[in-house]
Amino acid sequence: MKLSTTTTVQGRGSGTLVPAGPGGISPDASAPGRGSGSRGTAGKRTAWLLAAVVVLAVVSAASLAIGARGLPLNTVWDALTNFNPEDGNHAVVIARIPRTVLGLLAGVALGLAGAAMQGVARNPLADPGILGLNAGAALAVVVGIYVFGIGSLTGYIWFAFIGAAAAAVVVYAIASRGRDGATPVKLALAGAALSAGLFSLMNVILVSSQDTLDRFRFWQVGSIGGRDWSVLLPALPFLAVGAVIVLGGGRVLNSLALGDDIARGLGQNVGLARGIMALGIVLLCGSATALAGPIGFLGLVIPHAVRLLTGPDYRWILPFSLVSAPILLITADIIGRVILLPGEVPAGIMTAIVGAPVFVWLIRRGKGAGL
Amino acid sequence: MTALKSAPETAFDADTSPKHPDHLQLRRVLSPTFFLRPTFFLGLAVVVMFAVYVLLGSYTVTIPDFFTIVINHLTGGEKIPGASFIVMEHKLPRAVVGTMIGVAFGLAGALFQTMLRNPLASPDIIGISYGASAAAVTAIVIFGASGAVVSGAALGGALGVAAIIYAISRGGSGAGGGSRGNAAGNRLILAGVGIAAALHAVVNFLMTRADIRTAADALIWLNGSLNSATWDRAGVLAVSLLVLVPAVIALAGPLRILELGDDAAAGLGIKVNAARLGLVLTAVALAAVATAAAGPVAFVAFLAGPISRRIVRKPSLPASALTGALIVLLADFFASNIAPVILDGTVLPVGVITGALGAPFLLWLLVTSNRKEA
Repeated sequence: MKLSTTTTVQGRGSGTLVPAGPGGISPDASAPGRGSGSRGTAGKRTAWLLAAVVVLAVVSAASLAIGARGLPLNTVWDALTNFNPEDGNHAVVIARIPRTVLGLLAGVALGLAGAAMQGVARNPLADPGILGLNAGAALAVVVGIYVFGIGSLTGYIWFAFIGAAAAAVVVYAIASRGRDGATPVKLALAGAALSAGLFSLMNVILVSSQDTLDRFRFWQVGSIGGRDWSVLLPALPFLAVGAVIVLGGGRVLNSLALGDDIARGLGQNVGLARGIMALGIVLLCGSATALAGPIGFLGLVIPHAVRLLTGPDYRWILPFSLVSAPILLITADIIGRVILLPGEVPAGIMTAIVGAPVFVWLIRRGKGAGL
Repeated sequence: MTALKSAPETAFDADTSPKHPDHLQLRRVLSPTFFLRPTFFLGLAVVVMFAVYVLLGSYTVTIPDFFTIVINHLTGGEKIPGASFIVMEHKLPRAVVGTMIGVAFGLAGALFQTMLRNPLASPDIIGISYGASAAAVTAIVIFGASGAVVSGAALGGALGVAAIIYAISRGGSGAGGGSRGNAAGNRLILAGVGIAAALHAVVNFLMTRADIRTAADALIWLNGSLNSATWDRAGVLAVSLLVLVPAVIALAGPLRILELGDDAAAGLGIKVNAARLGLVLTAVALAAVATAAAGPVAFVAFLAGPISRRIVRKPSLPASALTGALIVLLADFFASNIAPVILDGTVLPVGVITGALGAPFLLWLLVTSNRKEA
C-alpha cells in the first residue's frame, strides 16, 4: 500500500522513464482515458507502430535470406510463391521458415508477457521469469533429462511447459494468501524466492550429473534454431489464448498501475484482474520457454524500451512490445547465424548482446530528455 | 511489509529513528531488554551454528579437544594426529570464511534493498555478481585459470561492472540532476538488469563452448563453494571486513534518512549524492570481496534481507548480516555432512544449498506473515 501512496508525481519528467515511484512503475499520467499522454498523439503512435510492423516484415524476409548460404531476396520470393523441389536454394528457404516463424512467435509471446508482468508486479525488475516460470521450466527439463533420459527438443517441450505452469501456480497461491491477496510485492518476493529454491534444486542435479549438465547447457542458452514444425504446433494454441488474454488487458493493466487502492476505487476487481493477467502471462511465457528455451532478455527489456516511446499507457505498450520483441529476436538470430561461421551463436545469447547496448543507450537518452 | 520503508510502526521501534542508529546506541545494548531482542537470538544462533559446524559432522571433535587443539596450535605445542589438521586446516578456516562471506553478502543485500527501495534488488540481480561470474568463467574456460587468479578476476569483474552500471545510471544530465525522487535508484536498477542479462548470456555461451569437465568446474564456481577456504583467504576477507563494516556502521545513519526520500534527506542536511555514492561503494565492495573469496554464493544476499526483516519485524542491517552468516553456515554444514549421505558421497558446493534452504524458509515466512496480517 505504501508503494502507491508515497509516489511522488513528477509531471512530464517521469513520463519518459516511467518507473519513478518507490519500488514500482509510476502510475503518473497513466489514467485510463488519458491515452494521448506525454509523448505525441495517437496518430503519431499509430504511424510508429505501422513502421515497426514494416520493419518486422523486412527482418522476417531477411531471416529467410541470410545465413550460412546467403540468398538474394528474389530467390526467397521465388521459393515462397513458386516452389521448385529440385532447386537447392529453394529448399534452404523452406528450411528457414520454421525458424523464422518460431522467432516471430517466441518474440511476440515474450514481449507481451514481459509488458504484462511489469504491469502486474509494478516493479521494474519484474520479468516473466520472476513468477518462477523460468526456474520451473529449467528444473522440469533437468529432471526430464536426469530421470527420464529425455534428449530431444520435442521431449523438452512438455517438461518445460508443465514446469513453468506449476511454478507459477505455486507462486500465485503463496502470494495470494492473506486478505489483501496477491499484492505486487508479495508476488515478486514469492516468485524470486521460489525461483531461488528451484534453481538450487536444479543445480543439485547438475553438479552431481555431468551428463545432464552436458545436455542441459545447450537448452539453457535459448535458441530458435534446429526446431521444426513438430515443436511449434503443440505450443500454438496456448500461445494464442495467452496473447488474446493479455492484449485485451491494456485497460486493466492501466488501472492496476495506479495502485490497488485507486484501481479498486475505479471499480476494478483487483484480485481477479491480476489473476487473469497472470494466467495470460503463464500461457505466453510457458509456451515461449517450451519453444525456445529460457530467453531472458526480451521480456525484461523490451517493455522498458517501448515505454520510452509510448509513455505509460499499456494500451500502447502492449502492441509495441508485441512488434518490437520479435524484431530484436529475429535480428539477433540472423546476426548469430553469420557472426561465428561455420558455427552459430544461439539467439538467446545474441539477443542480450545486441540488446543490452541499445537498452543502455535508451536509458541514458530517456533520462537526458526527461530531466 | 509492502515496502522497505522503515516508518516506525510501534512505540518500541520509535527510538530507532534516524537520530539514534541502533548500532551506536550503547545504552540500549546494555539494557536488559537487549537480551530478549530477536537480533540477540540471531547472534546466538550464529554462534551455536558455528560451534556445531566445527565440532560436529562427519568428523566429530569434543569441546575440550577443540580447545586443546587450538591452544596447542597457537603455542606451537603438541599436535593431535589427524584431528589437528582437520580442525585447523579444514573445518575452522571454512567456518570462518563462511561466516564472513555470509555477513558480507547479508549486509550487501540489505544495503542494496534498502537504498534502492526494492525488495528484489541484490547484487545477484542487479548485475554485480554476474560481472564477477563472467570474469571468473572467462578466466576458467578461456585461460584455464584456477585458485587465486579466478578470485582476482572475479573481484575485477565485480568492481568493473559496478563502475559501468554506476556510470550509466548517473551520466547524461550531470551531477545532481538524477536525484529527484527514486528515479536515480530505478535507473541504477535498470542499467544493472540490462548489463546482468548480457553478462548472463556470456556466461551461458562460454559454458556451451567449454569442454564438459571445464564446464562442470565452472558450474561449481558459479554456485559458490567454500572448498578453497584457507587461512590466507580468511585473512584477506577479515581485513576487508575490518574496513567495510565500520563504513556500513558510519553510513547506517545517512541510510535511514535517505529512506525518507532524497528531498527530505537533503532538507535534513545530508549530502545526498555523497551518501549514496558511499553506500553504493560499500555495498559493491562487500559483495565483491565475498564473491572473490567463495564465488557468488547463490541468493544469500537476496534472502538475508527479507528473512531477517520478518524475524526482527523491521529492516535491520545487523540482523541481515547475522542471517546471512547463519544461512551460509547452515547450508555448508548440510552440503558437506548431510548431502553426501543422501547423494552417495557427492559433496555439493554451498551455493547449491543456500537457495534450497533459504527459499522455502522465506516462502514459509511469507505465508505465515500474510496470515497474521489478514
